[in-house]
Amino acid sequence: MEVTSDHSFALAQAPLPVTDAKEKATLAAVALGLLALLGAAFDDDGERARLSMYVALGLISGGTLAWAWYKFGQGEAGVKQNNLWLRASTSRGAIAWVTGLVLTGFYVLLYWFPQYLENLIRTLDPFSQALRNRAADQWFLYGTFYTLAVLLMGGRALWKYRHSRYQLIRTLSVMFFQLGFAFLLPGLLLFFQQPEFYFSYFWPLKYDYLFPGGVADLVKNGGLGVFMVFWGAIMSLVATPILTYFYGKRWYCSWVCGCGGLAETAGDPYRHLSDKSRAAWRWEVRLVYPILALIVLITVLLWVNQLYGSFLGEIGNSLNKFYGFAIGAVFSGVVGVGFYPIMGNRVWCRFGCPMAAYLGLLQKHFSRFRITTNGGQCISCGNCSNVCEMGIDVKQYAQRGEPIIRASCVGCGMCSTACPRGVLNLENAPERVGIKHRNSFTPIRCGY
Amino acid sequence: MHLVIIGNGITGVTAAQTVRRLQPAARITLVSDESEHHYSRTALMYVYMGHLRYQDIKPYEDWFWKENRLELVHGTATALDADQHQVQLSTGQTISYDNLLLATGSVSRRAGWPGQDLLGVQGLYGLPDLAQMERDTQGISRGVVVGGGLIGVELAEMLHTRRIAATVLVRDQHYWGSVLPPEEAELVDKQFRQHDVDVRYRTELREILGDTDGRVRAIVTSQGEELPCQWVGLGIGVTPNLSLAQSSTVETDRGILVNELLQTNLPDVYAAGDCAQHRQPGAGEVPIEQLWYTGRMQGETVAHTICGRPTPYRRGVWFNSAKFFNLEYQTYGQVPARTPTDIESFYWQHPTGNCALRINFAPTPMML
Repeated sequence: MEVTSDHSFALAQAPLPVTDAKEKATLAAVALGLLALLGAAFDDDGERARLSMYVALGLISGGTLAWAWYKFGQGEAGVKQNNLWLRASTSRGAIAWVTGLVLTGFYVLLYWFPQYLENLIRTLDPFSQALRNRAADQWFLYGTFYTLAVLLMGGRALWKYRHSRYQLIRTLSVMFFQLGFAFLLPGLLLFFQQPEFYFSYFWPLKYDYLFPGGVADLVKNGGLGVFMVFWGAIMSLVATPILTYFYGKRWYCSWVCGCGGLAETAGDPYRHLSDKSRAAWRWEVRLVYPILALIVLITVLLWVNQLYGSFLGEIGNSLNKFYGFAIGAVFSGVVGVGFYPIMGNRVWCRFGCPMAAYLGLLQKHFSRFRITTNGGQCISCGNCSNVCEMGIDVKQYAQRGEPIIRASCVGCGMCSTACPRGVLNLENAPERVGIKHRNSFTPIRCGY
Repeated sequence: MHLVIIGNGITGVTAAQTVRRLQPAARITLVSDESEHHYSRTALMYVYMGHLRYQDIKPYEDWFWKENRLELVHGTATALDADQHQVQLSTGQTISYDNLLLATGSVSRRAGWPGQDLLGVQGLYGLPDLAQMERDTQGISRGVVVGGGLIGVELAEMLHTRRIAATVLVRDQHYWGSVLPPEEAELVDKQFRQHDVDVRYRTELREILGDTDGRVRAIVTSQGEELPCQWVGLGIGVTPNLSLAQSSTVETDRGILVNELLQTNLPDVYAAGDCAQHRQPGAGEVPIEQLWYTGRMQGETVAHTICGRPTPYRRGVWFNSAKFFNLEYQTYGQVPARTPTDIESFYWQHPTGNCALRINFAPTPMML
């Protein structure tokens, strides 16, 4: 039998993976929960809406955890990728497009039409009062959903990757930072009449923390506010280079950051969808570095205005407004999360995040972190590239036996976890032959 | 210099890349009838299981070939005229070469069983096999896999992911008996058990029975037992693909005979990879090597000789790797199934039985 070309090479359509009755039951619970959520959103009766919301959260949480345990928690631990590219939900099929539309729609409502979320927001008032001593708003609703997504799908990741200690610890880390530092602590600060400060987000991702206006707002709050400004500046400008030198970008992107936390948990089923082509990489460098440059420029302009009078006029503020809309809202939210099921779980981190760009420059030029490859044992199967959420074509390095030192690598370690031949290894110990050899590395070819 | 390479597997492609590096001006043509572009043969199983798509198992993006000036010809090389330095293609085209590398790979072995040509009987070597397996395993309830080696366990795992019951026939008394010591084989057997694969040791295939449409309906084992099944996977190994070589005066035995420079008996004609048979293999080495790794090493070696830097093929320290369901396996150096008497063996196994380490060593310094 002759196969005439790659394009006409068509395998018979693989049968659709079977979803058995027990799995369907868990998914039905999630679907009922989503219906109850819809009920809560459209019910003007506060009492009933709240009840609906509790039912929704219970069903979604219970259903998701039951599903995750059923799919990944049983049987022997190991790489579980069966049918990944055959299921509609994880291979850009109809379910994926619907999921993407729903997520995108939610972000559009959240940013620009929060009035349509009013009923949902009100259902969280008692919780918000207890945590923050104030009524809920759309951002509290968002934070609650976001944290819940990280925790529930974090549970799934813990089951799925339980054969890898690195993945277990890393998943627990992102769950901890999201729940503690990005949800409970800011709420508690509000409870105690302090500024709502996120100790786990830094400039240039949380850009206003080093804007003159942001600094002034914090300093107004006295001692703690001054400490927050100090913390933000030290983390951005001192701790980030030092930690990145020792551990690579991963200390932040795949261990601490909330965006990364969502990507690694809720976004895990979509990680293989990131485009690995050279063309995609070209878009990446065309976008992410200019965005970093833009936010640095805006920060400088705002400070120049602040220190030398506003002789630049409104240009800094206008740029800031544009950035907040185009990058802060549209890119990081609507596209960044909304497009998970279509473009993969790190669209924002890869193409848009200025913090990732900053960390990436440090990682590429001033870091010990690298993924070493035992090229002799590589069979070029492509599993490593497939699971790379940052779209790095990992096998290009593995099959040549070259260490991977890439600005975009977030150090999630999935390439190493997925490799069937133990080729890849994340390392940050000092290199024995000195830092120079990374540039003059000759491929290891076992057998020579 | 015009180098023509027959075969775009790992051997041919590695040779092409190496020649490009050593002789940037060389003209290089790769001929293949299997696929337009090079793909990773070892990853076929992942496509079937849905871990990857076909485009994901191509080691290089499609622009790679053009940018590296590697000309790709999609067709079958049907005849070789060594005197004229020409290769005839199924497309009617004739290609002239200065140097020719035969990297034609293997074909699945069949032992001459009755019924081996029935529909639903196949090996797993290339893309057409994958397409055939995709087609012939749809909607079936049981498949039988023949062979207790690397392909055997892959086929069983593939069927398992489609919830197709699998029976594996293994000739030896334990899995991969020619290579694995019993302890390691037991770990693999545990994987089979955990994945509900029915393994029959000391059992061979006697006959494959067909229905009136010429499709597999059952097999008969060497014990005389009849097992109903709708598909039979052959994993008893591969044998060199000699279809082009036999059209010429190139000397062959089981494979294309080569010296240590990977030269055949014909001037400017080389052979490397699965299809080559070494006239004088190194001590303790086999004459025909059929691994991804050895294919790559032979391809790199022969490229040097072709570029005027005669380089004998030296495999060096043996190594290999595999994965049996969830069990990863790596080996370096010689760790034979039966430990030689002058060698001691250290074996450690984790209490869970999912992890083990073996180190073979000479207890006293050997006299050389």
